[in-house]
Amino acid sequence: MSEQLASQQAPLVTPGDRSVWTTLRKRPLFWICSAALGVLAVIAVLPGPIAGLFGQPDPRACDLSRSAQEPSPTHVFGTDLQGCDIFANVVHGTQTSLFIGLLTTILCLVIAMVLGTIAGYYGGVADRIVSRLTDVFLGFPFLLGAIVVLNSAGTRSALTVSLVLAFFSWPTLSRLVRSSVRTVRGAEYVQAASAMGLTDRRILLGHVVPNSLGPVLAIATTMVGSVIVAESTLTFLGVGLRQPSISWGLQLSTAQSYFQSDPHLLVFPSLFLTVTVLSLITLGDILRDALDPKGRS
Amino acid sequence: MTTPVLTVRNLAIDFLVGGDRVPAVHAVDFDLHAGEVLAIVGESGSGKSVTSLAVLGLLPGNARASGEILVDGQNVLGASEKVLSGIRGRKVSMIFQDPSNALDPVFTVGYQILEMLKRHRPQLTAAQRRERAVELLRMVELRDPEDRLDYYPHQLSGGQAQRVMIAMALACDPEVLIADEPTTALDVTVQREILDVLRRLQQRTAAAILLITHDMGVVADLADRVVVMRRGRVEETAPVQRIFGCPEAEYTKALLAAVPRLGAAHRASTAVPHERPVLEIADLVVEYRNRRGRAMRAVDGVSMDIRAGEMIALVGESGSGKSTIGKSALGLAPLTEGHIVIDGVDLATASRSQARALKKRIGVVFQNPTAALDPRRTIGQSIGEPIRVHERLRGGALSARVDRLLEAVELPASWAGRYPHELSGGQRQRIAIARAVSLEPMLLIADEPTSALDVSVQATVLELLRTIQGNLRFACLFISHDLAVVDELCDRVVVLHRGKIVEQGDRHTVLTAPEHPYTQRLLAAAPVPDPVEQARRRNESVAAL
Repeated sequence: MSEQLASQQAPLVTPGDRSVWTTLRKRPLFWICSAALGVLAVIAVLPGPIAGLFGQPDPRACDLSRSAQEPSPTHVFGTDLQGCDIFANVVHGTQTSLFIGLLTTILCLVIAMVLGTIAGYYGGVADRIVSRLTDVFLGFPFLLGAIVVLNSAGTRSALTVSLVLAFFSWPTLSRLVRSSVRTVRGAEYVQAASAMGLTDRRILLGHVVPNSLGPVLAIATTMVGSVIVAESTLTFLGVGLRQPSISWGLQLSTAQSYFQSDPHLLVFPSLFLTVTVLSLITLGDILRDALDPKGRS
Repeated sequence: MTTPVLTVRNLAIDFLVGGDRVPAVHAVDFDLHAGEVLAIVGESGSGKSVTSLAVLGLLPGNARASGEILVDGQNVLGASEKVLSGIRGRKVSMIFQDPSNALDPVFTVGYQILEMLKRHRPQLTAAQRRERAVELLRMVELRDPEDRLDYYPHQLSGGQAQRVMIAMALACDPEVLIADEPTTALDVTVQREILDVLRRLQQRTAAAILLITHDMGVVADLADRVVVMRRGRVEETAPVQRIFGCPEAEYTKALLAAVPRLGAAHRASTAVPHERPVLEIADLVVEYRNRRGRAMRAVDGVSMDIRAGEMIALVGESGSGKSTIGKSALGLAPLTEGHIVIDGVDLATASRSQARALKKRIGVVFQNPTAALDPRRTIGQSIGEPIRVHERLRGGALSARVDRLLEAVELPASWAGRYPHELSGGQRQRIAIARAVSLEPMLLIADEPTSALDVSVQATVLELLRTIQGNLRFACLFISHDLAVVDELCDRVVVLHRGKIVEQGDRHTVLTAPEHPYTQRLLAAAPVPDPVEQARRRNESVAAL
């Protein structure tokens, strides 16, 4: 009801400059999130100098005699069980964690967009094949699959871990794309486009994909966080990154058993993870609003 | 006069939308007496549905209401949930527009009626409840009421489902029955039956009916008194004969003038004679397979043709296959048997490039202009898309063409940068028409282009369609369920029933002297906006029984 009323009022608004950028520029949240992600990017690129800001540039310079110390002027975030500086560890872990989180999500998104769109738009045999394929992957126990694949892989770098995570995570996203595309495919403007004699490529890229992207992007941004944590699970089981690798996931999984006695072990890495995920989700929401003409004023 | 069962005094409702208060209803007053049918008539945005929701205390959370709504002397506005639940269903009950969505698909009809009785009449025993349910279904004239209790909603037709909804609304003998567009989602022949059921019920039970509708024909058929609303205000309140006979408000006059009526004057046909038909359909059969693989025949052996400059109407009720024929001409439906030849090219044997070249010369306008425009494109982009793709125009030349098209549909060229959601329904349909004629098509397929629009808007869109057709002289396949609209616009009429053509011929002949009984039934079922004529027809049909 209220939407109906709003649409009646709308013609009174004089359309000014309403490009996506103009809309984004006016949102303070957009700048806050971009700044947070910008800082994280700088940390990821230059971990050494940034860790050095507080006098502890080397995350592997550990002193067992100073194990699990509270934050102090020499160790701003305190030290972990091995007596390593937590700030230096968090800063050095940024690169690996962000790399795994973003790469995995982007890979999933690409696979899901392609397969999901094909399945949703063409239906029939293509749909049946893709749907069964996603069912197979969803039915497969993730941990077991990841252990088998990672054990048989010779090298285990952030890249291989990321590939394996993507390999097992795309089906949920693909299902979402498929159902979203199916809804849009039935819309009359898609029928009108095909009645106009437009090519499939044009219809897909011009009408179907932009209109089905909203819910998919929302889920994809939340995925980054879960991927970063999933990496820690693999590492904890000994099939993820190997020591002496540094990642947020690794720190979180070692810290979780000491939460009651030394909460700072868990708090600082999770703080970084939360800021990353929250900024990405908010940025995704703002972008979605800005890309939707109804969200622009 | 008796004391009214429902009194609305100085009702004002506004909505909080994005931080602003948007008024929806202002200073509405009316009384509803026992045994009376009061119709609230208005176009979309007039506030008629909001008013009816307020009576049940069902306004959404962002609404604010002031004034008085007295049901049985009790003010509904600001009443507690406990008071409201005593009123809802017992004193006031409601029938909604779309019966297929109002019933829960996983429970049987009987279960849903019994559940309602269990809640409102806990003192009845199980056997009494069942008896009452059967009685209710008998009241709404559903055949075999005992067996119907075990039916699931999907086993009922739209009209039967609406009868069940009415039965449920009557379960506790309410004093007021609110019917919000009770027949809008139904076909005319079914609408006729439901209106008859409502009229007989009202005579038998002496319940007051508050009828919310946009259809002047329905008002003429059922109402005793009429409240005409526009933009949240009451324009006029008068007995039904006065509203139709000598309306006072300017708006009522304009509304009545906009209602299409059968019996349009003779027009010269615009068809170009002695030319090969633009569209030839021969023995067309379209079958859809359902989930179990069983074939459903949507179109069954249809043959027709359209010449250049001719406007042909495809008329029928839902399920008659009229939209499917339009879709198959566009290549959007499977061609099971038969031929569709457009401008000498057979669709079934045409190559991909031939088919694409053909589509360039066919324009299409759909029913719902909101769904037919991509919400992420400006209207300029939407109109310009076919020109961009097929004529490869860019930049200034393209925007000049778009500006000309916007002016052709009587919209300012400066609107090219607006988005569909910033336009009203009628304006959106103008955009859809502009897009359909952007490549000067030889054939325009219009699938119920005006049935989602208000009558006053419908009149202007029909006028526009006629003007553009006069200028471009395209052949037009006009798909519609509304015989009066067809009468005003088309040259020839094709009547479809269950996938088959039952009658086709000249507009005047088919609409004034129909031969086939189905066409006769269709013509008799459509309510006319004239209470005297409606009463005469009703008496005739009663006498015929």
